[in-house]
Amino acid sequence: MKENELIFGPRIPKELWEKERKRFLIPSIVLVAAAVLLFISIFLPYWKITLIAPQYPQGLTASMYVNRLTGDVQEIDGLNHYIGMKPLGEAAVLERTLSIFIIIGIALLIAGAVYVHSPFALFLCIPAVMYPAFFLGDLYFWMRSFGMNLDKRAPLSGAIKPFVPPLLGEGKIAQFATVATWEVGLYMSIAASVLILVGLYFHRRAYKPLLIDSSGR
Amino acid sequence: MTRIKRLLALLPVFLLAITPVCFTSCKNSGSEKEAGDQGTAAVDIPASVEEIAVERGLSPKDVIAALKTYIPSGKYDDYVMFASGGHSGQVFVIGVPSMRLLKTIGVFTPEPWQGWATGSAESQEILSEGDMPRGINKKLTWADVHHPSLSETNGDYDGQFLFVNDKANARVAVIDLRDFETKQIIKNPNTISDHGASFVTPNTEYVIETTQYSTPLPFDEYAGMDEYKEKYRGLATFHKFDREKGRIDESQSFSIELPPYWQDLCDAGKKVSDGWAFCNSINSEMATGGINEGNPPYEAGISQREADYLHVFNWRKAEQVFKEGKAKDLNGQYIIPLDTAIAEGLIYFMTIPKSPHGVDVSPNGNFIVASGKLDTHATVYSFEKIMDAIKNNKVEGKDPFGVPILNFADVMEKQVEIGLGPLHTQFDNEGNAYTSVFVESTLAKWKLGPPDYDGPDAWTVVEKIPVQYNIGHVVCAEGDTVAPDGKYCVALNKWSIDRFLPVGPLHPQNFQLIDISGKNMQLLYDMPIGVGEPHYVQMVKADKLKPWLVYPEVGFNPMTMSVDPEAAAIGNERIVRNGDTVEVWMSVIRSHFNPEHISVKEGDKVIMHLTNVERARDATHGFAIDGYNVNLSLEPGESSTVEFTADKPGVFPFYCTEFCSALHLEMMGYLLVQPTQPKS
Repeated sequence: MKENELIFGPRIPKELWEKERKRFLIPSIVLVAAAVLLFISIFLPYWKITLIAPQYPQGLTASMYVNRLTGDVQEIDGLNHYIGMKPLGEAAVLERTLSIFIIIGIALLIAGAVYVHSPFALFLCIPAVMYPAFFLGDLYFWMRSFGMNLDKRAPLSGAIKPFVPPLLGEGKIAQFATVATWEVGLYMSIAASVLILVGLYFHRRAYKPLLIDSSGR
Repeated sequence: MTRIKRLLALLPVFLLAITPVCFTSCKNSGSEKEAGDQGTAAVDIPASVEEIAVERGLSPKDVIAALKTYIPSGKYDDYVMFASGGHSGQVFVIGVPSMRLLKTIGVFTPEPWQGWATGSAESQEILSEGDMPRGINKKLTWADVHHPSLSETNGDYDGQFLFVNDKANARVAVIDLRDFETKQIIKNPNTISDHGASFVTPNTEYVIETTQYSTPLPFDEYAGMDEYKEKYRGLATFHKFDREKGRIDESQSFSIELPPYWQDLCDAGKKVSDGWAFCNSINSEMATGGINEGNPPYEAGISQREADYLHVFNWRKAEQVFKEGKAKDLNGQYIIPLDTAIAEGLIYFMTIPKSPHGVDVSPNGNFIVASGKLDTHATVYSFEKIMDAIKNNKVEGKDPFGVPILNFADVMEKQVEIGLGPLHTQFDNEGNAYTSVFVESTLAKWKLGPPDYDGPDAWTVVEKIPVQYNIGHVVCAEGDTVAPDGKYCVALNKWSIDRFLPVGPLHPQNFQLIDISGKNMQLLYDMPIGVGEPHYVQMVKADKLKPWLVYPEVGFNPMTMSVDPEAAAIGNERIVRNGDTVEVWMSVIRSHFNPEHISVKEGDKVIMHLTNVERARDATHGFAIDGYNVNLSLEPGESSTVEFTADKPGVFPFYCTEFCSALHLEMMGYLLVQPTQPKS
């Protein structure tokens, strides 16, 4: 076996490609679809929190994208200063700065797995599969960090105990009912994870016999 | 087989990919449906309604009136009225049909809640534009607001600007309807009293203002009453409106010199009569009164002649004459001399019986309706016939100043018997006219004639409804535009006598809402107006107004309608001393000012730039300095400036005067003025 083949796996024999095109196309399409989904998710919101109180008939919302926060962030920050929470813009600065490059990177790794026919393809896909969990974990870390570290000199510091806002579902902070929802971007990244697993299954089914052919016997 | 199997295996993958999209969209449609359901609750009137009606002594008619005017909590009115505030110097904004007061707009007089002329340099500057000219050292502290006029495009309200006049001092103000604030006040440099203002031309090219009480020109030149005919004059001023800048441009405005009759109400021609304007007048007698000298009083002297003159102006041609340089500069105002105006065909008179007052152009622009206060008729002139009379020189003579008087029989279309004391007329979308009848205290509905209405009852009154009491103007929904809506009229009554709970000898005036949508008019609601004497009102469809909910950007200066380069912002708050001047940049947010301590020395000039950096709707902050007569209203995004001399040593709290938040009382600071001479 050649050195290249150890990493990239065996190439598809021409006659087999002619005969069983679909067998090799399916894993490629599914993996590329996953990469595309992940890429598109950059432009879509991942997470949203809605604050509901009598003074805000439309509610206050903050939508989180991988690189920015939109919505009533200024108003929420304004309210948060009463309880001593730091401005939301100070959270996850590093993550937001790097996120687009990282996501494009892991999407390219998935696309790379299309050309890698060895089990090594699995390693290329691991970052993408783990990505939604990492995102949620990071979100939790920052929410905990912000919610638990309230400025003790804030006007309402006596009235509001440190808290961790929920990642998903309903909560309550002072007079605000909060609803956290997962948004389309996050679902797309989760769908990408699932697609990758499916793609890898077909990938194994397509290339494993070739691998045995080239290394065995 | 295997192909199908493989395709089937892919199916869940596609489903998964689609799921998030569906998840969000399905969720949204669900919530929309819920909102819709709340909006259209089924009407299931309980029997107890009758009980309530009986208990409160309400007739079925009352119940219907209540149902037609009630606006449930959180719902909006269909129409908005802009009412002159009379002596208050303000404008009232009122919802129709609920007749709820939505706002008063400070114009000619201070309005502390809006921070209007109570300390903000911007409003003070606008107000001082309207000070008396030529160093006549009078700060005007009141106004007599008469006629509001909404800006128009193609003869229809466009909801962008509002103009109002001050009869007492001949001033015209411009209000921007993006923020409902006054942007400009113009003092007519040569005349001291106006009435035929403000009326706009169909595309708001000009705002018309005509003199009421004649004086020498300029008004501060002296001439005795014995020189009335020779020296006293009126003016018709056409203020050029620069829509882009939202300001009147006096350099492009012109006036026409007029005989010393008292020019009264005006209306601009529209559609076929676009380019023309019509103004009534009284006192063609040129009576000079003098009851104390044994002469007939004005009321008698002015009512001697059977007829006065309705002025017909060709403003389009006058504009041309002005541009040709034929106007004379008098104190910065370009006046076309009366002789030139006559020679150029800019002015004609039509006789109008018995002390006329209102003049109103019909929606199609083909009829001009005028009425004499002491007459029982509305006299309708045909624009076509006026044009024909001008073209073919059908004149019955000239007035003492040489203005041609068109032959009455040749320009009059019809005289409609209305009742005693007809004043003003508005229109609906079905060929009806509505005339206020002062002496009778009624509103008369009558039919126009062909081509606007063709029927056996054309040119006759079809219904009259009593109003309480002494109706002045009447307003109907968009009733002076090219496209009236019908639906509602409001009688603007001068007296209320017994209509409201007594509140002392000074009674409120009475705005009465009348439903004109049915076969018969129905009086729906009485709205007391307990501020000033309101005159004219315009009623615009609410959806034509597109006001800002907050200022579009933080640091917005309402006077320039742009971000102020000097505006304070979060992060640039500072106090800078420069000689004897202390300049402060202060940010304002719930619930603090920054900075909170301002230390100056007695005699320092203090300039404060304040910005409300809030973006939330209704998060307005006030800024008052105790003892320094300062109160600002800082709406979200607004930047304002305060300038004063710290001439009183001591400690002066400043605080937020709008209850902005739970910690509103804590939103304060101190102005510390150190005495220059320590007390011995």
